[in-house]
Amino acid sequence: MYDGNKVIPGLIIFVALMAFPVLKNMGNAGPIPKPEKPEGVKECVKPVQFMRTSHMVLVNDWRDEVLRDGNRKKVTVAGVEYDKSLMLGCLNCHKDKKKFCDECHTYTAVTPYCWDCHFPPKETL
Amino acid sequence: MDKKRRKFLKIAGLSTIAGLGAPAVFNQLVKGELPGLANASDPQHGAEPQHGSEQVEAAPTGIRLGMVIDQRVFAANKGLGQKCIDACHLTHNVPNFGNPKDEIKWIWETGYENAFPYSSHNLVSDKIHAQKFLVLCNHCDSPPCVRVCPTKATFKADDGKVIMDFHRCIGCRFCMAACPYGARSFNWRDPRGKDEKGRDFIDRATYNKDFPTRMRGVVEKCNFCAERLGHGLDPACVEAAAGTNGIIYGDLNDPNSAIRRVLASNYTIQRKAATGTKPSIFYIV
Repeated sequence: MYDGNKVIPGLIIFVALMAFPVLKNMGNAGPIPKPEKPEGVKECVKPVQFMRTSHMVLVNDWRDEVLRDGNRKKVTVAGVEYDKSLMLGCLNCHKDKKKFCDECHTYTAVTPYCWDCHFPPKETL
Repeated sequence: MDKKRRKFLKIAGLSTIAGLGAPAVFNQLVKGELPGLANASDPQHGAEPQHGSEQVEAAPTGIRLGMVIDQRVFAANKGLGQKCIDACHLTHNVPNFGNPKDEIKWIWETGYENAFPYSSHNLVSDKIHAQKFLVLCNHCDSPPCVRVCPTKATFKADDGKVIMDFHRCIGCRFCMAACPYGARSFNWRDPRGKDEKGRDFIDRATYNKDFPTRMRGVVEKCNFCAERLGHGLDPACVEAAAGTNGIIYGDLNDPNSAIRRVLASNYTIQRKAATGTKPSIFYIV
């Protein structure tokens, strides 16, 4: 091999540089998101685990029920009635988009387009 | 060798005839037998003839929301039409792009000839000509916009409202081409944005936080205040004209409803009824 004494160390440095971020963060998931839970309310409309994984499915289902079927029957949990609505339901308890929604969405690098049309609870724009 | 070729041609010819003829014969047989079979086994097929006859004459079943706009009231009350428009636009965060080409129209005023092009002639009274007519989506019983929508974003609700799921709108604007009333508008720009002079398209002070805005690339239209009806309120325009009897709304299929009484006792016209869309908005002129 020509110039082996340059190429091989060069390759080693290249691989080390490329692998550095992976090796450095090995076994570290970064700061875990801590969405702020609403005060004074213990129970959401569905179990926490379901909401964590599938709140977007629920919100989509609500939208179809309300809009397509005209079924606006409120959801009752622990004696409290909730509108089947993002703006008129969810956000009544989860009052801070930054401390609740964005916390996980930023962590998982998803950018839902809810807020292109819907108003976050503390809308100042 | 000769013999073999001759035999081959015979067989080939026969199979061609059989191949061409068999499907025709088969179809004939199937056609003759299927209706009886289908009727016996599948109740949906049995109901089909009824469905066909429905198209000839709309069956008076279910709720069909409609409106009567009493033009005499609006002609007598200058500014009432604008009040209705403002109420609607505030309720639904309708942007004002300040440019008639980009205008978003849910409910608006237009001249007689634009509102009723098929009923206009050159000898209509000056009084009528000078009036502005309040026009909006006609919530047709046979809505062309619903037929053309490729994503079912626009659909006909059970109570006859023609409404949209803005989430599903891909902005193809087929519905705008299909609607004979120009009742649909496209957001060419972001409704939450500002123009060159820094003016907001929707006034921030009057945002209705109970109703979303739209985003760029979405079509919008009057939704018969589906969200207000759902909460037991009257449509915003009806509320704005409350006390004047300018707009009466209700179930067109209920013979005892207020709107049917108004329709029964007045001569009313519809916009472009000849297009066959069966509009649900009626006008007393």
